[in-house]
Amino acid sequence: MTAIRSVVRGAQRRRVSTIVIVAATAMAVTATVLAGLLLAASSAPFANAFAAQRGAHLTALFDAASTTREQAAATAARAGQAAGPFPVTTISAAPADAPRFGLPSLRVVGRAAPGGDAVDRVTLLTGRWARGTDEIVVARGHLRIPAGTTLRTADGTTLRVVGEGRSISRTAQGWMTPDGVAAIGPTGWQMLYRYADAGSEAAMTAHTAALGPGVQAQSWLSVRADAAHRTQLFVPLLSAFGLLGLALAALVIGNVAAGTVASAIRRIGVMKALGLTPAQVVRACLAQALLPGMIGAVLGIVAGDLLAVPLTADVAELFGTVPMSVTPWVDAAAVVAALLVISATAAPAAWRAARLRTVDALAVGRTPHSGRGRLAARLAARSRLPRPVGLGIAQPFTRPARLLALLLTIGLGTAAATFAIGLASSLRLVQAADQRPATSADVLVLPVMAQGGGADARTVLDTTPGTGSYYGRAPADIAVDGLHDPANGSVTSGDATAAGYEMLAGRWYTGPGEAVVTTGLLTATGKHVGDVVTGPGHGPLTLVGEVFDGSANAHLYTDVAGVPGVRTGFEWYVKLRPGTDRDAYLAALRSRHVPAEATRVEGADGTLIVLDSLTALLTALLVAVAGLGVLNAVVLDSRDRVHDIGVHKSLGMTPKQTAAMVIASVGVPGLVGGAAGVPAGYLLHHWAVPAMAAGAGIRLPPSTIDVYAVGLLAVLALAGLVIGAAGALLPAGWAARTRTAVTLRTE
Amino acid sequence: MIDVADVSRRYEGDQAALDHLSLHVAEGECLALLGPSGSGKSTLLNLIAGLDRPTEGTVTVGGTRVDRLGEAAAARYRRATVGLVFQFFNLLDDLTVTDNVLLPAQIAGRPAADSRRRARQLLETLGIDRHADAYPGRLSGGERQRVAVARALMNRPPLLLADEPTGALDTASGAEVRKLLIDLHAEGQTIVLVTHDEVLAAAVATRTVRLVDGRVAS
Repeated sequence: MTAIRSVVRGAQRRRVSTIVIVAATAMAVTATVLAGLLLAASSAPFANAFAAQRGAHLTALFDAASTTREQAAATAARAGQAAGPFPVTTISAAPADAPRFGLPSLRVVGRAAPGGDAVDRVTLLTGRWARGTDEIVVARGHLRIPAGTTLRTADGTTLRVVGEGRSISRTAQGWMTPDGVAAIGPTGWQMLYRYADAGSEAAMTAHTAALGPGVQAQSWLSVRADAAHRTQLFVPLLSAFGLLGLALAALVIGNVAAGTVASAIRRIGVMKALGLTPAQVVRACLAQALLPGMIGAVLGIVAGDLLAVPLTADVAELFGTVPMSVTPWVDAAAVVAALLVISATAAPAAWRAARLRTVDALAVGRTPHSGRGRLAARLAARSRLPRPVGLGIAQPFTRPARLLALLLTIGLGTAAATFAIGLASSLRLVQAADQRPATSADVLVLPVMAQGGGADARTVLDTTPGTGSYYGRAPADIAVDGLHDPANGSVTSGDATAAGYEMLAGRWYTGPGEAVVTTGLLTATGKHVGDVVTGPGHGPLTLVGEVFDGSANAHLYTDVAGVPGVRTGFEWYVKLRPGTDRDAYLAALRSRHVPAEATRVEGADGTLIVLDSLTALLTALLVAVAGLGVLNAVVLDSRDRVHDIGVHKSLGMTPKQTAAMVIASVGVPGLVGGAAGVPAGYLLHHWAVPAMAAGAGIRLPPSTIDVYAVGLLAVLALAGLVIGAAGALLPAGWAARTRTAVTLRTE
Repeated sequence: MIDVADVSRRYEGDQAALDHLSLHVAEGECLALLGPSGSGKSTLLNLIAGLDRPTEGTVTVGGTRVDRLGEAAAARYRRATVGLVFQFFNLLDDLTVTDNVLLPAQIAGRPAADSRRRARQLLETLGIDRHADAYPGRLSGGERQRVAVARALMNRPPLLLADEPTGALDTASGAEVRKLLIDLHAEGQTIVLVTHDEVLAAAVATRTVRLVDGRVAS
């Protein structure tokens, strides 16, 4: 035991390498925890959040005019569990400091607390729950009203937003205290139910019918279907990151463990010379690897749990669910997995150490005698490269297993960076499609004057100098046979090809009676390009093209002349003649009482911001893990070859040349790993992005997939070199600084 | 050529490896440093080679204050001025004999063709040219030390420092190296030799200095 303790104590003496081992293990375990959380969060996120919140299978709204509070309460007996009745009211409000920015009507429910009820335990995301009658908590959804905002209702009541909450069952758009709702005047009673049999549409229909006529009811099945649509967009992305993280973490931990044993071999040689048995060697080696591994694992768990807070918040935002709390099973699994990987990779190295002849173990620190890497050394010696660089380049070939691990580490890091950059580019292009009308025009004429088809606006535009081309666009619900709800349509007036939408198939329409639709509409109706759709309020519309507008919904675009039932205000998108001063043009329009503004691209939407930050966080983490893996490998290598470094220095190698030699040692793994990682990341991107789109019901045009320019790929291939060089900088500095006499004494 | 003036070298715990030692070595001289283990012989050699720095005193070699050199300047000084021969050869086993010998010239950025010519000439002179493409692990101890000497002489250094050059060799190989050093000195090479081997010192050195506890004893 004393002998084993002596071997293990070696770790205390090699502070730098021990710190690196602990740091690499910690970072890898952090990545494992986060990857595990991602995979857990991506697995049935709605179901998990619904179970955690005890979501409502049925949300019922009883009209206060026809149902008393007691009558509503009595319905609780029909369900397994119920909550309510809660008073409900509807408010129309606007921010007090921006009264013209009207908000949609909010259905507000009076609840005393967010989490105390048997059903629908609302999660408070920010701020606190409402306490006073003038306080409101708003539900976070597409609309974000931050805490601190003051709202003024149509009747002049002032409400202060004190927090944001989320109900996975989407039972309300806002919550106040019951007294607060009473003060405004309740219009109904809300009851929330959970049933033992809620899995089928038929069962939910029966439960709804049992509540009696005239009750507004929302089934959890429709909420779930909507959530699934949203979730499917991101599951492949998060799964890909999770799997990459796990692979990289396992690789780094394995490399660290094997390297730890290798670095202890000379000490083991000494102990063997003093009588350590092979069995004791194996135990000592495992202990040597597990000790810093366990410290790293604990630190990694702490860091992982801390980082999990923003990560799970981002993921919940993407999924529209509630943030997962720290999951002990993920932590425990990460520690167990890390220790298993350490044991599994340290055991063969330990076994080799046990079988190594003592005399060979004692010779560690000199160039390996195995004969490996001699060809590389010979080629490097014949090359025209500066000798320190040549020596460095040839060096990794003396340890093929470590070289392979280094290649994989750098390859995975580069793949992650390639994937992330491609993904961000693709999502930006999807976002750009969504904002296409605004970005393809210079001036937007607002629809105030444009009632009834906008003849007045056109007259003004036609007679204002500088007008190039323009077209009108207005939203319209267009009923299509075969669709349950009307399609979100856009009717246009004029040549709307200027909007610049990309066509997935066919062409843009050229006149009344023709239409283009999104993939969502084709899927929902079973129609194809070339088919004709019919519906009330319009004549037959020939589908002449499938358009990509960045949306998964059923959209239809057609000329207003073919949909006579639509009477709506138009926005006019104007392209100016070259050389026209936009400000002067806008002033000219306004002087003729035409409200107009310069088109502007809205800031990236909330989802994209979350996705960007999530991608950046995960990529940074994976690249950092890869960098630490390189650092660990180079530290081990430098330690192993410290004597050779001393010899080089004694022959006149300067500190700069020494540093160059160490950094060059990651040159080949950096280049090859980068060159292999780029196609891996490229292929992953080309798999994940269409999968994300398909999950969301979108078909993407090739332009959103083929986002990698050749130059970008070349730069990305160099990312392997950057990761390698970054990881090698620290040990290179150490090797350069170490005094020659000290390194030569290491024998 | 070498002036060591009032040099001390103390390590952790204030243990003095060298204690106010002064020494002069003339150009063309062959000085043997003798003394028991721990007397400071190798420490003195390291200071002259610029591998270590004194705690006190000055070390001047060929007009260069070696004790003032930083790591980079010391490296350049070694390239130009010093050839080092070690007890355990310190050859790089993944390089061939030729590549080992070429290394100092390559590190110094000397022209490749000239360096190759010089390496070939040295290997021939030292009688190991038949091993030019072999790896050091296949050579005998004496042959390996010849390779080490060839490497030390590659950049034509005015000063050859040898630390126990026969310490790891059998009698026959030791004799080979002894003859080699005698020949080198006969050609005018300045040599400082650290050894326990009284026979080697007597055969090669023009002067011997005996160190005890970091001081010149005789």
